[in-house]
Amino acid sequence: MLRIAAFLLAAIWLSPGWASADAYDYPITNKYLATVAGTPPAFRAELPKKIPLKDRSITIFEDREVPEPFFFDAKLRYFQVLQKGPAPLVFLIAGTGAAYNGAKNVDMARAYYQAGFHVISISSPTYMNFIVAASRSGVPGHTVEDAEDIYRVMERIWAKLKDKTEVTDFYVTGYSLGGLNAAFVTWLDETKQVFNFRKALLINPPVRLYSSISLLDRMLENIPGGIDNFPQFYDRLVKELTRVYKNSDTVDIGEEFLYKAFHAVNPDSEELAALIGVSFRISSANMTYTTDLMTDFGYIKPKNITMTKNSSPSVYNKVAHRLGFTDYFHVYFYPYQKTKNPSLTRSELINAMSLSSIEDYLRSAEKIEVMHNADDIILEPGEIDFFPRVFGDRAKIYPRGGHLGNMEFRDNVTHMINVFSK
Amino acid sequence: MKTAHKQLSQHILLLTAVLALGACSTAPVQQGDTVIEPSFSADRVLDEDVTYLSDEISDPWEGFNRSMYRFNYRFDKYLFLPVVNGYKTITPGFLEKGIHNFFLNLGDINTFFNSILQWNGTKTVETTGRFLVNSTVGLFGFFDVASRMDVPRHQEDFGQTLGYWGVGDGPYLVLPVLGPSNVRDGVGLVPDWLVYSAFIDELGMKDGEEVALTLMQSIDKRANVAFRYYETGTPFEYDWVKLLYTTKRKMDIEK
Repeated sequence: MLRIAAFLLAAIWLSPGWASADAYDYPITNKYLATVAGTPPAFRAELPKKIPLKDRSITIFEDREVPEPFFFDAKLRYFQVLQKGPAPLVFLIAGTGAAYNGAKNVDMARAYYQAGFHVISISSPTYMNFIVAASRSGVPGHTVEDAEDIYRVMERIWAKLKDKTEVTDFYVTGYSLGGLNAAFVTWLDETKQVFNFRKALLINPPVRLYSSISLLDRMLENIPGGIDNFPQFYDRLVKELTRVYKNSDTVDIGEEFLYKAFHAVNPDSEELAALIGVSFRISSANMTYTTDLMTDFGYIKPKNITMTKNSSPSVYNKVAHRLGFTDYFHVYFYPYQKTKNPSLTRSELINAMSLSSIEDYLRSAEKIEVMHNADDIILEPGEIDFFPRVFGDRAKIYPRGGHLGNMEFRDNVTHMINVFSK
Repeated sequence: MKTAHKQLSQHILLLTAVLALGACSTAPVQQGDTVIEPSFSADRVLDEDVTYLSDEISDPWEGFNRSMYRFNYRFDKYLFLPVVNGYKTITPGFLEKGIHNFFLNLGDINTFFNSILQWNGTKTVETTGRFLVNSTVGLFGFFDVASRMDVPRHQEDFGQTLGYWGVGDGPYLVLPVLGPSNVRDGVGLVPDWLVYSAFIDELGMKDGEEVALTLMQSIDKRANVAFRYYETGTPFEYDWVKLLYTTKRKMDIEK
């Protein structure tokens, strides 16, 4: 038994894709803690505080009719950070439910700008503004359709820029679902050939989307007493925060306070997993209600009811937060895809929504690299092996970091830059 | 006196009309006589015996509040934020910081009175100390010397004072420009404003200068709040803001 264990360990350490564990000093060993807390400030890469980041917006579909309550989302928002002279350009794609200006994309923009790149940052196709303004079908989650939507957005933004900006080469990267998106965007680029990406970097992508969404849905079971007891869970959390707040010298509940409070409260793994579950549930509720209003599918809101500017969605809000990604998959997404392709089976669709569906391409695509963590919580046990197996030494697997917890860590930022600079 | 009374009752009448109008309009529009069942109806998914967070906050004027929320978005987008961004562009960083400190120091006047009303010795003493030190050594509050001397800043308003003495939130209320509030905190603005203006009157400023001061204060306040309407990425933003505002105020009252 011991022998087998020793053999496995040796195999893991010797296989080329695995970063050697001893040299890696990202400090958090608990994968849930890493996922929620990220990188402690002392371990973060040094990045410029001020960069010339410009918020922009663009119309993607001229004839798009936006439901009344979403009137403010008709244009797609994004940001650009441009160098003064000619430079390579990186497109960033945000993760599930995340915005172009979320903390992770802003940090990546800082890192790539500092390294001499132009940067354009795009929201996830699952983000409300993207669904409303830039999703052709209004039904997000399909690997190929999402890639087409992202590609269209990239082309439009580039059309606006190309007369005044000199670009030497194009790159693309994304984290989490954005990593999966980046893979399919690169794959699509082989036929469209508008950008001819020189390199793509997938950061902590899922292998099989369905496995990951199932894992994330189940994390809510970590709320003591289940989701019915969410108000109690929330009240307890607020009580803990208040305790820290009362003894603090601040009157602002900002990022800095929350970071300190987090350490003072010191949640256990179960609570952390519950928090992660809640965070993804909020993303799922936002996404499903948005798409429901865009297509009038009749998922949560009855088909023959039209929401006006002042209509209260409070009841739908409650329902949306009771449903998970997997409910969306089975009751909305699959039936919707089936209307376009009547012979499509559930398992065919599940298999299509995965990196393995383009495995042969990924195996041969020298331009695509992966950065991942062995303890990522969005992967089933053993799923991580897919990366060294398919990408070989183009996959850099760190021993810890949870889901994206080490993205700001010095070594990881250096690696992100190096992949595009070499 | 009589005309003032008449004016007041007219205003109340108008406000009631607006609220009543708003309260009616949160219903969506239905085509046909019967509702077509969605895949997941509320009846199927929600449990009557379970309480939901959003139900714990009273919001009878939701229609009015939502209209006001939208008004605030437009006010922000077309007037307030452009002015704030202009101010940030032309003002050097240290000056911006100094102006912010200056207004925080003025704010200590309300904190002082409310600390007394809450019978809180520590806060009263610390706030007095801060105000004296910052107004003198800190050059009218431009420099926050007190914080560097480890005297913590408190923030108490009359809404918190009412809360401290057990007055409940009352219905949720979105105020023009100021944003999320509730009846208790909205009412609390009045005494705070009276105390503050009495103090400003003491300074013997001209009317125009007082207006300029108030404008500058609003710009400084907005410049230090990162929130942007309708950019949170959730179709339920109104409900989230309501919940988080209520939670934050609860925490402030307990502090």
